[in-house]
Amino acid sequence: MKKIKIKENIKLYGKYASVCTQSVMEYKLSFALMLIARFLIAFCELIAIKFLFSGFTQLKGYTYGDVLLCFAIIQMSFTFAELFGNGFKTFSGMVRSGGFDRVMLRPRSLVFQVVASRFEVGRTGPLFTAIITLALGIRHSQIDWNPMTVWTFAAMIVGGTLLFIGLFVLEASFCFFSIEDTSLINVLTYGAKSHGKYPIDIYGKGILRFCTYVIPYTLIQYYPLQFLLGKSDDWYLAFYPLGIVVFLTVCGFVWRFGVRRYKSCGS
Amino acid sequence: MKKYYSFFKLRFATGLQYRMASVTALTTQLIWGLMECLLYKAVAEATDGRIPMDYSSIVTYIWLKESLYVLFNTWAMDNDLFAMITSGDIAYELCRPLSVYSMWFSRMTGARISEAFLRCIPVTVCAFLMPKPYRMTLPVNGAAFLFFLLTLFLALGITITFCMLVYMLCLFTVSPQGWRMVLTGAVEFLSGNVIPLPFFPKKYLFLVELSPFAYMQNVPFRIYSGDLAGAAMYPYIIKQVIWLAALMSAGIVIWKLAEKRIVVQGG
Amino acid sequence: MIEFQDIRKSYRVSKRESGLGNAVKSFFKRDYTLIEAIKGISFSIDDGEMVGYIGPNGAGKSTTIKILSGILMPDGGTCVVNGQVPWKDRKEYVRQIGVVFGQRSQLWWDIPVIDSFELLKSIYAIPSAAYRGKLDELTGLLHLEELLKTPTRQLSLGQRMRCELAASLLHDPKLLFLDEPTIGLDAVSKIAVRDFIRKLNEEHKTTVILTTHDMQDIEAITNRVILIGRGQKLMDGTLNDLRAEAASMEAETGTADSENEESDLDHMIAHLYAKLNIM
Repeated sequence: MKKIKIKENIKLYGKYASVCTQSVMEYKLSFALMLIARFLIAFCELIAIKFLFSGFTQLKGYTYGDVLLCFAIIQMSFTFAELFGNGFKTFSGMVRSGGFDRVMLRPRSLVFQVVASRFEVGRTGPLFTAIITLALGIRHSQIDWNPMTVWTFAAMIVGGTLLFIGLFVLEASFCFFSIEDTSLINVLTYGAKSHGKYPIDIYGKGILRFCTYVIPYTLIQYYPLQFLLGKSDDWYLAFYPLGIVVFLTVCGFVWRFGVRRYKSCGS
Repeated sequence: MKKYYSFFKLRFATGLQYRMASVTALTTQLIWGLMECLLYKAVAEATDGRIPMDYSSIVTYIWLKESLYVLFNTWAMDNDLFAMITSGDIAYELCRPLSVYSMWFSRMTGARISEAFLRCIPVTVCAFLMPKPYRMTLPVNGAAFLFFLLTLFLALGITITFCMLVYMLCLFTVSPQGWRMVLTGAVEFLSGNVIPLPFFPKKYLFLVELSPFAYMQNVPFRIYSGDLAGAAMYPYIIKQVIWLAALMSAGIVIWKLAEKRIVVQGG
Repeated sequence: MIEFQDIRKSYRVSKRESGLGNAVKSFFKRDYTLIEAIKGISFSIDDGEMVGYIGPNGAGKSTTIKILSGILMPDGGTCVVNGQVPWKDRKEYVRQIGVVFGQRSQLWWDIPVIDSFELLKSIYAIPSAAYRGKLDELTGLLHLEELLKTPTRQLSLGQRMRCELAASLLHDPKLLFLDEPTIGLDAVSKIAVRDFIRKLNEEHKTTVILTTHDMQDIEAITNRVILIGRGQKLMDGTLNDLRAEAASMEAETGTADSENEESDLDHMIAHLYAKLNIM
């Protein structure tokens, strides 16, 4: 029974995604330009790293290849999060337009509908940059690719995606408490994306601590990265990304609390 | 002249009101600036002193960038103007007894200065209170400060005339949002917003300096921080004036063309 | 069967005065005003009834619809619809209701209407046979043949409203809530919408609750009117009861306007609102 439900939901997600894509394709030029623009912006960041690294070979012990790998992972995580979690990211618009009321009138889970109804292919632009970066990074770094490192790499991306989605959920939940200014949470999302392209310890101990205990960035970046790059032999570091589940649960509670409030206060 | 002044004042006042919820914005910018300072500290250590800019100049550059961000932002500004173009309400503007180009120019200048004015004070105060290596410094001498102010206004003029060019080009396309994103995304990088231009390798820097983008924030910020001083300044200032004149004339010409187009289409 | 018992609902609205000084102040401390949207309203509606829910702007009409459809939770009182509490077990409950908001669209803007319908079929998990039957029926009644292939954004308001109605009924709900369904429509579309709602009720015994400012809607569709004002129920009866009430009030105060007797519904309602002091 449960299994059928999941299958049905995946199918329904596919239908939502195709409707969203179909809508976007009504404006092909616009779509293409957005895609290119997003690719370009990310690509400039890649060039910036290259330019910076023209003056030295190692940044706090990280080589050019190491940093590229780190950048690729964060960029991919963020892009996937934007692709799948766009509904949360644009949630304030949904509340304002009354779209969320409509969501509440449909016999599907709220989270599912919010996520599915705003699937946006145009967000994939930076993915191309990420893939180029990844290729460069793999070429420039000496990683021994074995099942463990592949797992670490995948877990970092999936964990990162979930972390960013969690942050988008928090941002969305702000709407329920009529907080319109979301710049503080933007610092956590965009800030992590743009500053997280370097291994977090280059920013010093204080930031490293903040990114472990306040927002658990290090779980998907610094710690598993140490293992991935062969800087540490502690195999358990490869499983740190699993910790994101705890963070997601917290975000989930905030969201539910927010929905309860929405029901009792309206928008 | 008086008419333009009243447009300027109107924008200034509305800007003031909207920006009051800026405590979070301030925090955002401080965190952002600090992260960049920390990154360049690692870079400075890695380069072993052969860094293209003094570390203290970089720090000052970063804080200037943060505090005057809205002056040189090509991306998310002037939205009401842009909306007017995309919605076609621009036709009403033609009915006013003013030169539309000058009116827009004064309006955008007013909006940007009012916002920047409000944001820069708290950010600058905090930047001067930062712990030592991350503290913003005063300009080297009074002359440098005067040159900073002069080039700041020239740079603002170049930024605004460039933005207006972009907006007006949008009159000729069905996908204004997309074009804007592509163009402004590239400018962010080329004007030294991602990394300061001195970090660009020589041959690329040469190319960038052939474009107007090198004469936006790059010039005033580097003069203030002492990276650009003495006789080296003058070619930059002269080129600023040339570019400002060139972009403005181009804008006026394109506006004339656009005007015809609007009339032909009947609004 | 709808049981609406002593429902109360209030909102907190943040006050914001204009001016720079107040903008600064509101950043540190916000003043709230408590607005009582509904102050204890009760009514019960039988299956198959068609009820007009009227009152001036801000009377609490939309709030009532939102409570009935489970979007809002009231502060107090009980509401049971076909044995279920709307704001509990949302997913089960919403399967049996259809809601149309006249001012908002539920159709996807850029894709053909039929694609929106297909997606709704999946969302509600409507079996194919039932969907086909319902779609054919609705297409016939609302004359949608020509419209189904058109993207929503290219439809006129009247055409869109017909499609909205169909979209809300694909899953064959027992209850239909209409929030200002004829707002902004031309005469032809209004008549089409009214005829359709009547037919729907005749054939399927669908319970219809309708809010509107258009008194002709009320006259054409409903057999019962609930009048609310300032968050309270003021009258509940047939349109003729309402007329009688209005007439007696006018007689009392002696302001009867003989020229536009009872035939002019809008005048009558305007008078009534004025008399009841709910504007």
